Amino acid sequence: MTMEHSPNGAKKTQVVLAVRDLSVHYPTPDGDVIAVNHVSFDIYKGELLGLIGESGCGKTTTALAILRLLQPPGEIAGGALVLNGTTDLAHLHATQLRQVRWRDVALIPQGAMNSLNPVMRVRDQISDSIRAHESRRISNSEMRERVSKLLRLVGLPERVEQLYPHELSGGMKQRVCIAMAIALNPSLVVADEPTSALDVIVQRVVAQNLLDIKNRLGVSILLIGHDMGLMAQLADRIAVMYAGNLVEIAPARAVLKEPLHPYTQLLIEAVPSIKERKPLQVTEGLTHDLRYPPPGCIFQARCPFVMDKCRRVRPPLQVVKPNHQVACHLYNAME
Amino acid sequence: MAAITADPTTPAAKARRHSARWNSPWLNAKLLLGLGILLLIASTEFIGPFFVAPKLAIIGSSPTNVVPVWVTNYDKRQGFKPPNPEYPLGTESKGRDMLAVILVGTPRTLRVGLIGAGIGILVGIALGFLAGFNGGWIDSSISTLADVMLTIPGLAVLVVIASYATELEIVNMGAIMALFAWPLPTRVVRAQVLSMRERGFIQMAQLSGTSNFDIMFREIMPNLLPYLAASFTESVALVILATIGVETLGLGPTRIPTLGMTINNALQSTAIYRGMYWWWGPPIVMLIFIFVGLFLMTVGLDEIANPRLRQVRRQ
Amino acid sequence: MTAPLLEIRNATKIYGGGLLERTPPVVALQDLNLTLPASPAQIVTIAGESGSGKSTLASLVLGFAELSSGQILFKGTDVTRMTAAQKKVYRRHVQAVFQDPYAVYNPYYRVRHVFDLVIRNFGLTHDQAEADAMIEQALSVVGLQSQEILDKYPHQLSGGQRQRMMIARAYLLKPNLIVADEPVSMVDASLRALILDIMQRLRDASGISFLYITHDLSTAYQISDEMIVLYQGRVAERGSTVKIIQEPNHPYVQQLIASIPVPDPDERWASEVVLPSDEALRAQIQSGCRYAPRCPFKMDRCTAAQPPLIRVGDNHQVACYLYDEQASIPRAVEATSSWQP
Repeated sequence: MTMEHSPNGAKKTQVVLAVRDLSVHYPTPDGDVIAVNHVSFDIYKGELLGLIGESGCGKTTTALAILRLLQPPGEIAGGALVLNGTTDLAHLHATQLRQVRWRDVALIPQGAMNSLNPVMRVRDQISDSIRAHESRRISNSEMRERVSKLLRLVGLPERVEQLYPHELSGGMKQRVCIAMAIALNPSLVVADEPTSALDVIVQRVVAQNLLDIKNRLGVSILLIGHDMGLMAQLADRIAVMYAGNLVEIAPARAVLKEPLHPYTQLLIEAVPSIKERKPLQVTEGLTHDLRYPPPGCIFQARCPFVMDKCRRVRPPLQVVKPNHQVACHLYNAME
Repeated sequence: MAAITADPTTPAAKARRHSARWNSPWLNAKLLLGLGILLLIASTEFIGPFFVAPKLAIIGSSPTNVVPVWVTNYDKRQGFKPPNPEYPLGTESKGRDMLAVILVGTPRTLRVGLIGAGIGILVGIALGFLAGFNGGWIDSSISTLADVMLTIPGLAVLVVIASYATELEIVNMGAIMALFAWPLPTRVVRAQVLSMRERGFIQMAQLSGTSNFDIMFREIMPNLLPYLAASFTESVALVILATIGVETLGLGPTRIPTLGMTINNALQSTAIYRGMYWWWGPPIVMLIFIFVGLFLMTVGLDEIANPRLRQVRRQ
Repeated sequence: MTAPLLEIRNATKIYGGGLLERTPPVVALQDLNLTLPASPAQIVTIAGESGSGKSTLASLVLGFAELSSGQILFKGTDVTRMTAAQKKVYRRHVQAVFQDPYAVYNPYYRVRHVFDLVIRNFGLTHDQAEADAMIEQALSVVGLQSQEILDKYPHQLSGGQRQRMMIARAYLLKPNLIVADEPVSMVDASLRALILDIMQRLRDASGISFLYITHDLSTAYQISDEMIVLYQGRVAERGSTVKIIQEPNHPYVQQLIASIPVPDPDERWASEVVLPSDEALRAQIQSGCRYAPRCPFKMDRCTAAQPPLIRVGDNHQVACYLYDEQASIPRAVEATSSWQP
């Protein structure tokens, strides 16, 4: 496999999650929808990896696959999800998964703040999730302390613990969800669009809080989103997905300053600027049926640089610069 | 701007499309099975006369107390007569051929159910839409009325009404049953309309200058068809149940045999003690089929209406 | 001088708080003034976050809600005093595009239905061939082709296609004004420019004005000329979009712009923002500036009375006491002088 450098330059830091050749299919009467197509990437200890793409690109599906929370008929059609170098999440069965979930890998699902139990106080919900996944018995006093600590970590005043979800604002609810996710000190937190439904200023507060937690606890975060601007603020590395395929992955600075894949370039150009007024960059959005992906590169229909080879041969994800992988025929693999 | 797809003319693609047609949500196994059972039962109306002359269902048309054809051992002391292939299900103490009774009584029972539920669903649609769409005091009054009707013990009232009516025709029975059949569809329709009313396409229809009537019946109603159908079959079952209840107590039509009245006759003539299972048995078996059929249809329609209940079949 | 296309005078909308209600009244919108001239066509942004009152304004203009006080005049006629025929004309000339591109379609019908409804209800034509031609033309304006789109069901189209169809539907009526309520927030990032571009083209080529309601100041910056920023039902800052974005005066607007995530790793958020606890935020302030609890520059007078709109430049006003050194313009004048062609 490729040699990966950690964000701070040292070779081969600890890999928290190694996703190898992951494929997820959704069977339909008309054929399988290939939601995730042979995707591979690593998540390092203490880094925030941003997984970005638009609707239908498979990022949420990837997140659910990692937690083994795919709803049938969706299923993992192949690949491995190696956690901390030892456990393959893809091949665990139910009881083993219970050990892993929340303790090693946690999830903040999309719309989490709307999924809080409306008839339970915050402290009960948090303690519930702790008790469900902690193997030993926890006394009430210890639980109280843990809940207080968690609330402080996410920047919420202590009196929030006795409130009901409807008494909280959107940003506060989301932070409660974050608190629940880090409750058992997992190695990896998968956050699916944690700030999408929030107002701009609240988004900043929650995002900064996420970053703060990452730095303090050393937890790795897989941040899934569609906002390149937000990724720029938070991510150490960025992975770009299009229609089920991983097309580019590199440190955030490299992706934003020198995007290699034409789709990444498109995504960056599509962010309207708050700095200057310029004519709108209009691109056509061609769709292809996810059940019948075209042979060759998945992006061929929209790529301004499409070549003949692109229509025949699927470009592999390969290292073209130090630390920078791209799946595009425009670039040659680094020797 | 065309979608990029793999070649759709390959045999594999054609096979996929073919199987897709067979996966239409309307081809629900439960619905089809239930529908099949009911059609079979309903066919007794038309096909029955080919097998058995309907007049055999009239009192005195046949010898009394004939046992069914499969009985080998019977109690002569009770006055039972030997089995006769002319009367395959035997006859009862008044000389009615049981097969004829079943074939004549079943369509009648179905008819009561259809009339009662039919009226009930029409009233339910009208009132449910009015209540759900308009809200306010219209909604409050209709809902309260429906709730009150739901809490009144229908059977008790029906018994009172039926005992005052001298001779009940099937159609009249159906109409009376409708009195208690309308509240449930009204509530179902109202609930659905309330939830549909907030949908974006209703606002769009209003912006497009659509009248309230058109919004109710051309925008909302088509989306409710499966719910309405499920509500209808449910009502049919409830009406038939109520009818059987009333008839078993002896308050149904006496001249023409119906399933419920047959059970009543059987009870009055102590058929159970006498072991004349071929008297009270066939009506009950028929009723079981009817209810199973209706229940399957209701559940099947419910699944169609609510896609989340559907299971996706793998290729 | 022709009457302005739309004139909103002191529009106020209060929810709840009636005699029998237990919850206190919520002031969704307070004393909003806005004038849209008949020509030239403009894209006016109503910017704000949740609770700002921007969606309330959309409902009021579209006739889905009624004013608690104030007036809305369409081409000089008060909308509450319109006859049924006038109301129909109003509906025809004030159309909308909504946020959710899927919910606006009736899933029972093919997408063609949205056009048929409009043609039938407004009697645009009774001839099938003519109707088809009109639909074809409307679709071409938004870059879609009828044979590929019309016979499909809503779930078979992409979000971008559905939203464009909605614009085509509005365009079919050749309205004077389209209220676009978050038209691109649920559309993929790479397709937003396409839709915003259509809006600009409709303004320039067909003379259709837009009331662009959004929380995204970046898109507003790119396409609109005039802007009103709302905070909890009141105007915080209004005037030329470029001026407001480049030199925001109101502390809220400054905070808002500073919090927009810029896709540049060198431009990360400067400092940490701490929001005051919710109680302070939710306090029902009966008087005074709504932003005071959160404002780092809060003064005593801020909680005493709502600051008036103060002119800070040509076509640029702020509702903030920080700028009171300059001459403040009495209310009556502000309604007409805000929009300079």
